Amino acid sequence: MIKFENITKIYPCHASESNPTIALADVSFEVKSEDFISIVGKSGAGKTTLLKLLLAEEKPTKGRVFFENQDVHKIEPENLPYLRRKIGAVFQDYKLLSSKTTYENTAYILEVTGASDKEIKKAVPIILEIVGLKDRANNFPAQLSGGERQRAAIARALIHRPEVILADEPTGNLDPYHTLDIIELLLKINKMGTTVILSTHDREVINKLGKRVITLEKGKIVRDEKRGRFIL
Amino acid sequence: MLISIKRIFRAGWQIFSRDKEVALATVFILFLAISLVSSLFLFTNFSNFIITSAQEKIDISVYFKEEAGEDDILGIRKEIAKFPEVKEVEYVSPDQALAEFIERHEKDLTLIESIEEIGRNPFLASLTIKAWEPSQYGAVSNFLETADFHDLIDKIDFYERRSIIEGVSSLSSSAAKIGIFVSIVLMLIAVLVAFNTVRLSIYNSSEEIKIQRLVGASNDSIKGPFLVQGAISGLIATLICFLLFTLLSWSLSSGIENFFYGFSLFEVFISNLWILLFLQLVTGVALGTLSSSIAIKRYLKV
Repeated sequence: MIKFENITKIYPCHASESNPTIALADVSFEVKSEDFISIVGKSGAGKTTLLKLLLAEEKPTKGRVFFENQDVHKIEPENLPYLRRKIGAVFQDYKLLSSKTTYENTAYILEVTGASDKEIKKAVPIILEIVGLKDRANNFPAQLSGGERQRAAIARALIHRPEVILADEPTGNLDPYHTLDIIELLLKINKMGTTVILSTHDREVINKLGKRVITLEKGKIVRDEKRGRFIL
Repeated sequence: MLISIKRIFRAGWQIFSRDKEVALATVFILFLAISLVSSLFLFTNFSNFIITSAQEKIDISVYFKEEAGEDDILGIRKEIAKFPEVKEVEYVSPDQALAEFIERHEKDLTLIESIEEIGRNPFLASLTIKAWEPSQYGAVSNFLETADFHDLIDKIDFYERRSIIEGVSSLSSSAAKIGIFVSIVLMLIAVLVAFNTVRLSIYNSSEEIKIQRLVGASNDSIKGPFLVQGAISGLIATLICFLLFTLLSWSLSSGIENFFYGFSLFEVFISNLWILLFLQLVTGVALGTLSSSIAIKRYLKV
């Protein structure tokens, strides 16, 4: 379903720096449909860069990224939205629309995909209840805590039932109760057929999941285990 | 399709109403641009009035010899009136000329007494000729010089007034050209200022636009609300400008007429009401939406 083929990503340096930043170095791996993959590594290992490459937010310096056998970086800009609608992304920095309420942020994806008002009115309250934000539906992101924003981002990523969920540190700001809820939700969604790619620092989450773990270190894959554990 | 349009308008209104400071700034700048265009429109009417008034005061007089009979002169008048450059021809009889002279100088008793001393009417019959354009008086004068009835003419005063007539003609033409040039320059400045203000307000939303692209919104669904926001800003600016100009033209009209007799600003405003409103609407809405459309393009490349 998803294939990273010899991916290298180098960020050019500013004048004051001597060496460019190698975010990813010759990374290759495949993700099959309905897989649940965790990507672990220190900060700066390249986890977020991998996810950005899949969304075509960044272009690789070398290599190719395939989604359903299509090179994502060869897709015409006007067709990129159709790729991105198949992916539900939870960004590390939430990326909520600051001028829209929690309800409107969650409903936005359904609006742009042409869902009817009736469908939206039915689906949004359900997902907000699941993530525990029913009472915060009319608040703007600036009025939410870090954890609430994260849950709002999760709600937005899940509402349109995408084929793939990309979750970049989705539990970073959550308390243990909500962390457990979100991980169980991701597992449930995965069981229903959605592919999940989870990037996380949380050792307990990884060890509890018992799913495939890809470990990145300085932009390279150092471990790829079917039933992996978080190893320092 | 209808749902999409409804959502675009709703989102556009949200963008406008939720960021009040940016909305106010945008409306204000558009208001200034529309006011400038409206002012130029009214000023064009005013300058046309001034030029026309000046042109109205110009004419040439043809004085006939004493032996020329009234019937002859009236016949010559009909012939001159057929000339394409001639706007109107007025016959002034010797008695009429005397009466007008006495009326103009009634307070100058010395002058009146000296006329009485002569014992007879010293004024000749004349034709006062007005042309359509000041530049046409030369042609009219040449026609009179070479016409069959030239022998009956005592004097044509074109050559004495020539410098004034040519001066007014030149001034009218220059004023029109300068007016057009200044209008274009001022409008360009207004458009650039308005465009940059809208561009800055869109820059404010650049991160939101990027996020919308990343979560799967198409360019049209992102652009639409911003165009609506631009149109709303333009509409509101137009409304404010229209109301203000109505009030200003009504309140200043009598004052301006005191200085420029015959020019009623309010009447000009009312007689051009729909044109002015259309101009303001087109300026405001077009400026608002076009500026948004151009400004947003660079942020849709994610």
